[in-house]
Amino acid sequence: MSRRLAQGGLINRARPLRFVVDGQEYTGFEGDTLASAMLGAGVQRVGDSIRHGRPRGIFGARWEEPNAMVRLLAPLREPMVPATVVDLVDGLEAVTLSGRGVLAPSPRDRRDAVHAHAETLVIGAGQAGLAAAERAAGAGQRVILVDDRATPGGAIPSPDAADRVAALAGREHVTVLPRTAVIGLYDDGYAIAIERRDTGHAGAEVRRVWRIRAASIVIATGTIDRPYAFDNNDLPGIMLLGAAHEYLARAAVLVADAPVISTAHDGSYETVDALARAGARLPAVVDARDEVSSDARSVCDRHSIPLKLGTVITSAHGDRRVEAVSTSDGDRLPCDGVLLSAARAPQAALASHVGIPLAYERAVAALVPDGETDRVRVIGSAAGEGLPEAAELWCAPDAEHAYVDLSRDSTVADIDVALDAGLRSVEHIKRFTTIGTGPDQGRTSGLLAAGIVAERLGRPVGDVGVPRSRPPVIPVSFADLAGRRTGDLADPVRRTALHSRHVERGAIFEDVGQWKRPRYFPRGGEAMGEAVRRECIAARTDVAMMDASTLGIIEVTGPDAGPFLDRMYTNRLSTLGIGRVRYTMMCGLDGMVTDDGTVMCIDDEHFRVSTTTGGAAAVLDAMELWLQTEWPELRVHLTSTTDHWATIALVGPRSRDVLQTLTPDTDLSAAAFEFMRWRRAQVAGIDAVVSRVSFSGELAFEIHVPWWAAARVWDALAEHDVTPYGTETMHVLRAEKGFVIVGQDTDGTVTPIDLGYGWIVSNKKGDFIGKRSLARPDTRRPDRPQLVGLLTEPPALLDEGAALVDADGSLLGHVTSSYDSAAVGRPIALALVRGGHARMGATVTAPTDGVSCRIVDPVFYDPEGRRRDG
Amino acid sequence: MGTRNASAGDGMPQLADRLWRSAEPAASYDAVIVGAGGHGLAAAYYLATEHGIRNLAVLEHGWLAGGNMARNTAIIRSNYLLEASAALYEHALQLWERMEDDLGQPVLFDQRGVLNLAHTLQEVRDGVRRVEANRLSGIDADWLTPDEVADVCPVVDVSDRLRYPVLGATYQPRAGIAKHDLVAWAYAKRLYDLGVDLIEGCEVTGIETAGGRVSGIATTRGRIATGTVGLAAAGRTSVLTEPLGLALPLQSHPLQALVSELFEPVHPTVVMSNAVHVYVSQAHKGELVLGAGVDGYNGYAQRGSFHVIEEQLAAAIELFPAFAGAHVLRTWAGVVDITPDASPIIDSTPIDGLFVNCGWGTGGFKATPAAGRLFAHTIATGSPHELSRPYVLDRFASGALIDEHGAAAVAH
Amino acid sequence: MLLIECPWCGPRDEIEFVCGGQAGVSYPPDPFALDDDEWGHYLFVRDNPAGPLAEQWCHTAGCRSWFIVERDTLTQHVLATRKLPEAGEEL
Repeated sequence: MSRRLAQGGLINRARPLRFVVDGQEYTGFEGDTLASAMLGAGVQRVGDSIRHGRPRGIFGARWEEPNAMVRLLAPLREPMVPATVVDLVDGLEAVTLSGRGVLAPSPRDRRDAVHAHAETLVIGAGQAGLAAAERAAGAGQRVILVDDRATPGGAIPSPDAADRVAALAGREHVTVLPRTAVIGLYDDGYAIAIERRDTGHAGAEVRRVWRIRAASIVIATGTIDRPYAFDNNDLPGIMLLGAAHEYLARAAVLVADAPVISTAHDGSYETVDALARAGARLPAVVDARDEVSSDARSVCDRHSIPLKLGTVITSAHGDRRVEAVSTSDGDRLPCDGVLLSAARAPQAALASHVGIPLAYERAVAALVPDGETDRVRVIGSAAGEGLPEAAELWCAPDAEHAYVDLSRDSTVADIDVALDAGLRSVEHIKRFTTIGTGPDQGRTSGLLAAGIVAERLGRPVGDVGVPRSRPPVIPVSFADLAGRRTGDLADPVRRTALHSRHVERGAIFEDVGQWKRPRYFPRGGEAMGEAVRRECIAARTDVAMMDASTLGIIEVTGPDAGPFLDRMYTNRLSTLGIGRVRYTMMCGLDGMVTDDGTVMCIDDEHFRVSTTTGGAAAVLDAMELWLQTEWPELRVHLTSTTDHWATIALVGPRSRDVLQTLTPDTDLSAAAFEFMRWRRAQVAGIDAVVSRVSFSGELAFEIHVPWWAAARVWDALAEHDVTPYGTETMHVLRAEKGFVIVGQDTDGTVTPIDLGYGWIVSNKKGDFIGKRSLARPDTRRPDRPQLVGLLTEPPALLDEGAALVDADGSLLGHVTSSYDSAAVGRPIALALVRGGHARMGATVTAPTDGVSCRIVDPVFYDPEGRRRDG
Repeated sequence: MGTRNASAGDGMPQLADRLWRSAEPAASYDAVIVGAGGHGLAAAYYLATEHGIRNLAVLEHGWLAGGNMARNTAIIRSNYLLEASAALYEHALQLWERMEDDLGQPVLFDQRGVLNLAHTLQEVRDGVRRVEANRLSGIDADWLTPDEVADVCPVVDVSDRLRYPVLGATYQPRAGIAKHDLVAWAYAKRLYDLGVDLIEGCEVTGIETAGGRVSGIATTRGRIATGTVGLAAAGRTSVLTEPLGLALPLQSHPLQALVSELFEPVHPTVVMSNAVHVYVSQAHKGELVLGAGVDGYNGYAQRGSFHVIEEQLAAAIELFPAFAGAHVLRTWAGVVDITPDASPIIDSTPIDGLFVNCGWGTGGFKATPAAGRLFAHTIATGSPHELSRPYVLDRFASGALIDEHGAAAVAH
Repeated sequence: MLLIECPWCGPRDEIEFVCGGQAGVSYPPDPFALDDDEWGHYLFVRDNPAGPLAEQWCHTAGCRSWFIVERDTLTQHVLATRKLPEAGEEL
């Protein structure tokens, strides 16, 4: 049975810590992992195995642990984590798991992220890593040294390790990060590490992602032991030899009083010696080799341990834990533990992430990294340096009921079934048996499986190979990587300068791109339909205003600004003339509508372009792309001023009167200020740009003011009993006039001609983006989906998105916009219908609701345009 | 010892005692399929069973089904917007529904349904449009309110805590997932039994032509004479056709996915969300399987950028707060070839005897049986099947694109 | 996370950039001189090598400049970056 020794280890015996596993309370010490504390308390058994329900015990000491998965309930919540990597804290509560975790909602713990740069990143603070960090620091480099354990120094720290770590940490330009695991290496010296940061408060661990860019990366992650397979090799009490040594050295825990040790290399005898010195009575050392070194032999002699050469364990025995083993020489050895090391296994999976191959070396029976990259190298035992020569020991003779992957409950027999089925690639065998797919990432099973396959097929292990290692090298929690990017931090929230006004008015908001836009402003418990109807009526019969600040604004300046816009947009803009505004449309190279907006000619070398709310960034990007890559000779500069301006659309028959009151110095009459003109004016004492554009067909003004003055102008307008309206009303008003919303009435497959906007496509000016594509056979087909109006008969409100069919039930198109129109006095809709322009007056059906619709011109309201001048 | 099921590993059904054995290349074949992924295997299966072409080989440069077939998230659905897409994927779905009967092997096709979430009003419009179009095409489709979404998949957060709250979802109950390895192995076993040569570890180094038609192929294991070559090599198609002067409208990008450790069942369906760029299911054994969009630049390294993974996880726990504590066990990348309209190409080429099945982008797995069947038809008859007629190369000249990208904004 | 050297700003993380595909695909001087096949080719066909490729990238989160990146699509290594040619210069 495992127990805590009275002396030794790196634990702080002055700081006992209480913890609970499966409802039972125990005590450990500061410096323990949960696993070492359990072992110290005599608890070796963990959750039963996932597939066969077999009893299992703690098998490893770190991330190689296949069995001891626990769910943490307090203080940190983790659905599934190996007990071997959990640093013990007071009050820790855990339950053991059978290989399957339990996901449950829990409050989010805080996560942070750090970006760091270094000349040298050293991964692993054992002997090799410390030396590398000292060398780099000595050369004046910025060094980051990370180590997964709470106390760096490697599995078995040397006596001077703590002092060396402290000395390094005290140097300028050196960052030592204990409790930090590098999870993956990526291109160009990029590494991701997770720090389990101790905040000093009990259990208040804060995880930090370190995104490290290093000129040079040194992997010094050491080795673990590789087991081999024999019958019943999964019983509790069977463990990796190196893990037993680590528990002894770090936690002063003796994992068994009378363990049999089985090995195939000389490197194990140092541990034999350490265990014997600590008081273990070893029944035997079972070594697969016929000869061992004299040093190894002298260790056994010194402690009077029987040494069985040329021998392997063939089977373990015991009920709920190992009680004896049978050996290949026919012996049966009573014991209370079995400690295995068939070979040392370099932990160099990180190297394989950046393309350094891991090659099988027969002499050491291990995968060893072969080579380095310009930024990454492996050193120390992880590189294979000083590995003891080992006999190839994979599987005891006739061991069919032996486990290869404890984590996935996969056996030698499973491998045989796969081979019998004809599978030969280790990747197929991995998928068939699931070996190596557990949370331990196949650390103890991957090469073992390859060795068994090779043995069975009579091929060299190197030819068989191992499945490719894929990042991360340790399981890493979703939340750690997600960081704080949830809720409002998932994507930036953009609010206009008038946002607080809208909130005060009780606006219901809509997400448009990253912007929050008021959708409608309900009054006194109004439903959306009621509010929108009221807002629409105000705009058509009185005066209403909308915050249009989210529309993108791009200043296009320079001597060639006009010709540039002629190439970007479908109609001619260079001839616009100062003081004028023109509606325009942008297409992609494929001729499909991508955006629309208005262009103001400020002066001969300055145009102000507006874009859709969602398209602003894409339009600017497209302009920059063409300007920089195709037309560098054009003298044009582009500046986004979306955030500099606030824009208020003032709409309705009374809009001129209201605005005139606030704009005493400028004559706003129809004669003095014509439609599609702009002028500078003082509005409520603010220097403004006012334009006479209308997206509703009503008399309307667009008032542009610097963002800081927006509230002042808005409030001044509000004093005149102007009804605020939102996007929904804006949509109704524009649909009544047959004006499209790009992205709603178009979907990336619609040309201006399909929309009935052929007038905006200039055939007189030269080339523009998309022009050639409009001449392709498919874009000239008469039966393309085309924009039409729909009137339901009898009147009914169609669903946006509703399908439309002809008399045969064939799909003709779909409803893009649908509203109940107060001005028209009935529901109206816009739709894309195949060959729609030629179907005026025809009837189509929305089959879901069985509604008949007459195809009509999309302009439902004031087709003569009488209302725009008031 | 405890109870043992030596059939295979955890969560695997009983398979045939013998699946397939890799063959040695013969000197010549009537036809050669390049790429033993799902599409290549399925094409060979239909060539052998529906067109009587048995003197056939499927070449694979690595291990069978070790490319994108081993790297996808195994989602199967047919709720595409455009008629051409819906017809193709619905044909596939119907073949999936009878695949175990056809092939005689389990593939763990599990019709657990798929939710495509809408997070903006425009996504609602698009979703309704797709549901209505699907129904007209005879495809099962429903529009669900947020509460109904929560009924189908209780772990989805439908509250307004989200940056982009769930406003509804389309739901296709017949959609689902399958076990991709088993699919490949089922085809491989049938092909092996039919006498078709499956040749692993055999990389095509060149396609030989004489007088404007295919005469053979050069491989790392020698020359193979054949007059008919069907490319089903996914991301590597361009590399194979480029030396022939055949430039296809394809770009090869990394597509990443990841898997968690095993959990007790918590996620009963498949959830896809375009606005937050993630799709999630819980596989048969209990692991969460997550996919995201493609990486932003061409790459053949089967390696993606880590920030894509980070963003994907942020999106995942935004939608599924309970997943916060789950762990990434493995990430990986496939190489997908993407066409300008994100729809595939199944066609003959200007080179006689050379056929291409490519450009499946992120949608290849779900199409597997249909892609194979239609490609086999094109190879055997020299002209497209009715369902694959829209998927010809000529559409990039005429402009008759099948633009699901633009039209529905539903990737994958 | 590639490290990409913007010719104007210096080496920066990949997330500051967007890739705009193959560089040097010039807009035809007269698109209407191309037949539909040729125009379709210009619109849609780009090199897709497994190996070195000259691409245009934009430093979107920085100086907004487009520039040339030579990158090996097989290894992902950035081989070189340089400014776009000035007006009149060849690529």
